[in-house]
Amino acid sequence: MTALLNVDNLTIRFATPDGEVTAADRIGFTIDKGETVGLVGESGSGKSQTVLAVMGLLAKNGRADGQVRFGEKDLLGLSAADLNRVRGVDIAMIFQDPMTALNPYLKISRQMTEVLIEHKGADAAGAKRKSIELLDLVGIPDAKGRIDLYPHEFSGGMRQRVMIAMALLCEPRLLIADEPTTALDVTVQAQILELLQELKRERDMAILLITHDLGVVAGLADRVLVMYAGRLVEEGPVDPVFFDPAHPYTKGLLRSSPRLDAARIDALAIIPGQPPNLQALPEGCAFAPRCARRFAPCGERPRLRSIGERRKKACHLEEMP
Amino acid sequence: MNAAPLLDVENLAVHFEIRTGGIVNGQRRALRAVDGVSFSLRSGETLGIVGESGCGKSTLGRAVLRLIEPTAGRVAWLGEDFLGFDQARLRAERKNLQIIFQDPLASLDPRMTIGKIIAEPLITHEPRLAKAEVEARVREVMVETGLLPGMINRYPHEFSGGQCQRVGIARAMILRPKLIVCDEPVSALDVSIQGQIVNLLMKLQRDFGLALLFISHDLSVIRHISHRILVLYLGRVMEVAGRNRLYERPAHPYTQALISAVPIPDPALERQKKRIVLKGDLPSPLDPPSGCIFRTRCRYARALCAERTPQLEQVDDAQSVACHFWPDVFSDRAVDELSGKE
Repeated sequence: MTALLNVDNLTIRFATPDGEVTAADRIGFTIDKGETVGLVGESGSGKSQTVLAVMGLLAKNGRADGQVRFGEKDLLGLSAADLNRVRGVDIAMIFQDPMTALNPYLKISRQMTEVLIEHKGADAAGAKRKSIELLDLVGIPDAKGRIDLYPHEFSGGMRQRVMIAMALLCEPRLLIADEPTTALDVTVQAQILELLQELKRERDMAILLITHDLGVVAGLADRVLVMYAGRLVEEGPVDPVFFDPAHPYTKGLLRSSPRLDAARIDALAIIPGQPPNLQALPEGCAFAPRCARRFAPCGERPRLRSIGERRKKACHLEEMP
Repeated sequence: MNAAPLLDVENLAVHFEIRTGGIVNGQRRALRAVDGVSFSLRSGETLGIVGESGCGKSTLGRAVLRLIEPTAGRVAWLGEDFLGFDQARLRAERKNLQIIFQDPLASLDPRMTIGKIIAEPLITHEPRLAKAEVEARVREVMVETGLLPGMINRYPHEFSGGQCQRVGIARAMILRPKLIVCDEPVSALDVSIQGQIVNLLMKLQRDFGLALLFISHDLSVIRHISHRILVLYLGRVMEVAGRNRLYERPAHPYTQALISAVPIPDPALERQKKRIVLKGDLPSPLDPPSGCIFRTRCRYARALCAERTPQLEQVDDAQSVACHFWPDVFSDRAVDELSGKE
């Protein structure tokens, strides 16, 4: 089976007054049809820039090299006009903050029907019918009555539902969700996760979920990719990665998150040191300065290598103790 | 831990006057950000305040320090009437009550060196202290909070978020306070850095017998750091319980829902977990429901809940709850667990 999305050797560089910064360095991964993949990392790991590059949404000073194949097309080579025939249609995206992603001046009805009229050539009445149907599907009560409201008239959780409904309008084959629940309260997050869970079950839609919350990935994803300092450091199906992490960073991340179901201990396990400075990365492994297991070979950059069925890691260690 | 409480808060309320409607026909209405909150705190103890956005947890933290003047209630500090202190007395006493904030960089003056930032409270409270003595104290507290004293002349922008939070903690610690209000101190930090700050606060508490009022929306962090936990919803206390009790046997339907909503980084547990998903949204705080404030989203709500506001009642020494039907919450939970095991 060929992958739905195939990212190969993707490098993202930003020109800044202080010189060039590499936000993502030779990233490669695939997403299969109907699969949910979690992309995990801390701030500055390059996870958001990676998906923005996939969508052709990098800031003006950013440049992406490599290949992003979606079906037959290489998205990086497409003109804006050609790209617009893919994004919003076959690939849709939802963002962390629905208030800034929706247009505050336009009624929800206008923002939704516009998509169908533009991409699918629907007529106004048909577009509105379909929009109401989708608002209904994502759990907006009284969708018919509320479609003519403005974004500010919805609560945060409801706005996120509206954005998900908009993303589903053209029945995309891939939904990219960038921290979709980070701005929400935990009980509202539960509602949205439940909704994504349902969509995953009922539609044959792949989801690329970007988050820093390992709990969210554990519940929703089939596979997980871990990024650190702009590089992929580990990938694999969720169960083995969570229960038997292969990279010291993944292991540290899992052990340092306080768990709700754990008893109080005197001190949390921590990853020592500071987050990486992308402008002054060490030679070799970017995680080495914070790694308790570093040894001589870490002076050379480890490549992402296969370590078992569908599992990869970028680390010189043979075994994780 | 001493027997006498350091801080005793009784029926504390903070109401904000809000103008609704037009300028001409507008009305003034009271928004009850904090309403009838009581708790006590001993030295060496951490009380966690948990709740979702808009529940009044930050307002509560500030009201306790009189950074916002409470509308009603009583705050006893070391047995004295803290709300009755005049400005001079309040200012003098503030050296014992400090606060650290969520956004570590925004809470530091960008034009001051971190040495000056950390020294400022000391110079304010002890203006006659010799310069050399001030610097010695700054270096001492920097070591205690995990900062290299060699960084004393650097500026905040040269530090990462975690280090800036250490500066904020050093600034609070330099006066050797008895209580620190921690307002979401790790929420803006990356997971790998959160643990460092939580460990630091716990170590300072052990070393100096500090009391912490730890405000957070993150139930996992709250469980880890607190001895007791207070759950707020729309300005009112839903439940207060010891940390393990609250998570193992929550008595309030809201606490139950909150706990079940938190994703746990364990794929096997997450797959089999039954989440209690609350219906609907938070009611407007300007127009809260009658009776029990949580009833509009509660799966146990009955007629009585709309008529009478439940008072905080004691389940036992380790737990108090404001719910008319808490025995049902307990027994239903038992039923849920039994059916889950079949």
